[in-house]
Amino acid sequence: MSLYVTELRRLAKRRLTRIMLVLLVLGLAGVATALAFSSQQRSPAVVAQAQADADAQYRQAAKDWEKMVAECDAAQARGEQTEERYGPNCGRDWQPQPDMFDPEWSLPYEFNFRGEFEMIVAVFAGAVALFGFVVGASFVGAEWSTGGMMNLLLWRPRRLAVLGTKLAALLSLLAGVTVLLGALWTAAFWLIASTRGSTEKVTAGVWQSVGLGGLRALALILVAGAVAFALASLGRHTAMALGVAVGIGVISEIGIRIGTAIAGVSFGDRYVLSTYAMAWFEKQHKLLDYEACNLVQGACEPAEMIITWQQSGLLFGIGSALILFAAFWIMRRRDVA
Amino acid sequence: MSAVLEIEGLRKTYKSRRRGVRNALDGFDMRVETGQVHGFLGPNGSGKTTTLRTLLGLIRPDGGRMAILGHEVPAALPTVAGQIGAIVESPQFFPHFTARDTLSLLANAGQVPATRVDEVLELVGLRDRAGDRVKTYSLGMKQRLAVASALLKNPKLLILDEPANGLDPGGIREMRSLMRDLAESGMTVVVSSHILGEIQLICDSVTIISLGRRVAFGPVDEVLAAHSHGTVRVRLDAAEDLAAAAEVLSRNGVPVARHPDHLLLNGVEKPAMVNRLLAEHHLYASELAPVSVDLESVFLELTNTAPVPGQHRQVDESVRIGGAEQSGRAGGGWGA
Repeated sequence: MSLYVTELRRLAKRRLTRIMLVLLVLGLAGVATALAFSSQQRSPAVVAQAQADADAQYRQAAKDWEKMVAECDAAQARGEQTEERYGPNCGRDWQPQPDMFDPEWSLPYEFNFRGEFEMIVAVFAGAVALFGFVVGASFVGAEWSTGGMMNLLLWRPRRLAVLGTKLAALLSLLAGVTVLLGALWTAAFWLIASTRGSTEKVTAGVWQSVGLGGLRALALILVAGAVAFALASLGRHTAMALGVAVGIGVISEIGIRIGTAIAGVSFGDRYVLSTYAMAWFEKQHKLLDYEACNLVQGACEPAEMIITWQQSGLLFGIGSALILFAAFWIMRRRDVA
Repeated sequence: MSAVLEIEGLRKTYKSRRRGVRNALDGFDMRVETGQVHGFLGPNGSGKTTTLRTLLGLIRPDGGRMAILGHEVPAALPTVAGQIGAIVESPQFFPHFTARDTLSLLANAGQVPATRVDEVLELVGLRDRAGDRVKTYSLGMKQRLAVASALLKNPKLLILDEPANGLDPGGIREMRSLMRDLAESGMTVVVSSHILGEIQLICDSVTIISLGRRVAFGPVDEVLAAHSHGTVRVRLDAAEDLAAAAEVLSRNGVPVARHPDHLLLNGVEKPAMVNRLLAEHHLYASELAPVSVDLESVFLELTNTAPVPGQHRQVDESVRIGGAEQSGRAGGGWGA
């Protein structure tokens, strides 16, 4: 227990942890502030103004259309060719209709808690996962590269217990930060929705869905932290984890996409990691196979493939378990030199 | 006297595709008695640090037996770790923490009372700089901090690898005094150092390692005596008689080296015999003195690392005992 508390203290005292936490809070606050400023509640007056704007646009369009038809008729009377300029039948077939001018287009953006908070949770999870990755990698990587790990092992010569305790401390901190900031994040967006957006139809079911989304976010953040920790411990340097992250980013997100596109592989995105991250948050992610379409012959209904959050969970779970196992195995076997 | 530290036949082999198989430790033995200050000496790459790291569980040995305070290690290391204070090689600490933070975290991890932090800071002379970040410390101050961390546990066995690194002359003297005080208080100190004059001054016993094997061990006086070779310096009343004296001694089987104003004799067990021989030939000695050796000359002789003009010795070139080859790159420890 004392080692666990010590490692929590060590992690909290680290400069990088503090700097990253400040950046994370500032970043999240920036997103919330930007969204609060861009959102405007649709009061009856605003809706009426939008309707009036839409009506005015319709009237203006109808007036322009009548003028155009009249000009066309006059041109035809002069024996001029009009089809190229006004279209067939002097454009009479294109008479503007009131339903073509949706008042929605004139309405300001309004944040809708029910419809949009799930995406907002994904943004939060991405930011905190990045924080967890960097802090997790540095926590053990810097310990290895500065000799701190060796010092600690002189005091606590149980390697697996030391590494496990460090990991537990990291995951506890990440869970704590996620829960605390997640609560603030939810409260902030509820406040934004209440004062500058919409909280309509937020039922108990919606809150349940938000809760489950939060749990999925927490799981992703913990996995990001644990994987970074394990990679940095394997390479005994922070750069190992960061290098792998950049490598996977380049290979998975760019290389595989280009490669599968060139090779004409169906559903190439099923080999890209971000597809599974999206499926994890969206519960399921639909891939469309446009490779099978022959658009020259007209419209095409592309084949579909559904990636579910369960498949994502399996992939991320097995992947992170393997990396963690390797880190602990190497910790047990390899000399500390 | 009971042994605090025992090593028998310790082996550590490193395998590398490029360098092949190299024995960093090749059946190394060591024994340190309770309450001693024990010097652990060896040239660069001889296996000192590998030995200490293996002893402390940082490196897995390939063979041999080790015991600390009567417990077999590394199996019993978790049991005895609380009684061992150690610094291995250069001091390494997290640069952005203060000395107090560093020691406080270690004390917490080792369940040492927080009051001990201030005690050791005072002991190593870092009290007034305890709140500074370690990255602002000089090498000598980091060394003091390392010693402080090793002393935190108030250990029964203190292992210091190059504790005088980076210390100023005053610091070296303080370190010497500290080690003696600790030994007098009952603590056993194992100190590895290349400052052989210091080792000769403060150590009760020494172990010398070369190419992963022990080449000498025992109380300092005995090691020095064993390698003095009975060298005796002879001066005569009349310097012109030196040639005659050299001839007389040589005829009687005494190896003689001539110098302008004296002779150096080797392998003399009884200097009185020299005096009698000379007197029989009417040659009278004005000085007949045994030449004492120091630890540095013994070390250089045993490890075959004395500099030779015009040659550049490589780190793996050292003596191998028990074989025909007296020097060469026979497979010494690059792991040390």
